Amino acid sequence: MGQKRLVDARGSFCPGPLMELIAQLKMAEVGDELEILSSDKGSAADIPQWINKVGHEMLGSREEDGVWHITVKKLK
Amino acid sequence: MSSSKLRIVVVSGMRERLQMAAMTASVGAVSGDDVMVFLSMNALPYFVKGASQDAPAEGPVGKLLEQKSVPPFKQLFEQAIELGGARIHPCSMAMDLLKLEPAVLEAYVGEPLGLTKFLDDCRGGQVWSF
Repeated sequence: MGQKRLVDARGSFCPGPLMELIAQLKMAEVGDELEILSSDKGSAADIPQWINKVGHEMLGSREEDGVWHITVKKLK
Repeated sequence: MSSSKLRIVVVSGMRERLQMAAMTASVGAVSGDDVMVFLSMNALPYFVKGASQDAPAEGPVGKLLEQKSVPPFKQLFEQAIELGGARIHPCSMAMDLLKLEPAVLEAYVGEPLGLTKFLDDCRGGQVWSF
């Protein structure tokens, strides 16, 4: 079973949260789950698009008090 | 994953254009596109080692870019290379005009390219200019 990691990108604007997620994904193992926190609305739409494009698994996205929690599983 | 060839020409020294060019390069590269950036004219001096990134704003959004926590454009260009395999090359004409040697540029900037070689490399791809 993979590890769970948290990427806190609150306060950063596009494409900062996406870049922080990708940097962490590079260091993660296949099967790891990463949850990114972003206060940037544009990134909340863009990150799932990127996840689907490059072939990782989108596990969920929810918004709480202006912060989006997006969870992805590294597949390759 | 589908990918395409993006060639990005950056000539402006204004903040909004540098930022948009860097965003396009970084997101394109990390999405699997083959990205190459060609730096010329007023954009090139920012890539001299130690040069200020304090590009003047064209308008109100550029001023907001200065105030908010937006990733700096040079950081995004560097991430385009590190995370997405992009390449960045300076224009040989601008290098000559500014009397710059390759060694004075940031380490991640590649060898100078002439326009003939750059245009040849653009074949079959999308060319974006900023």
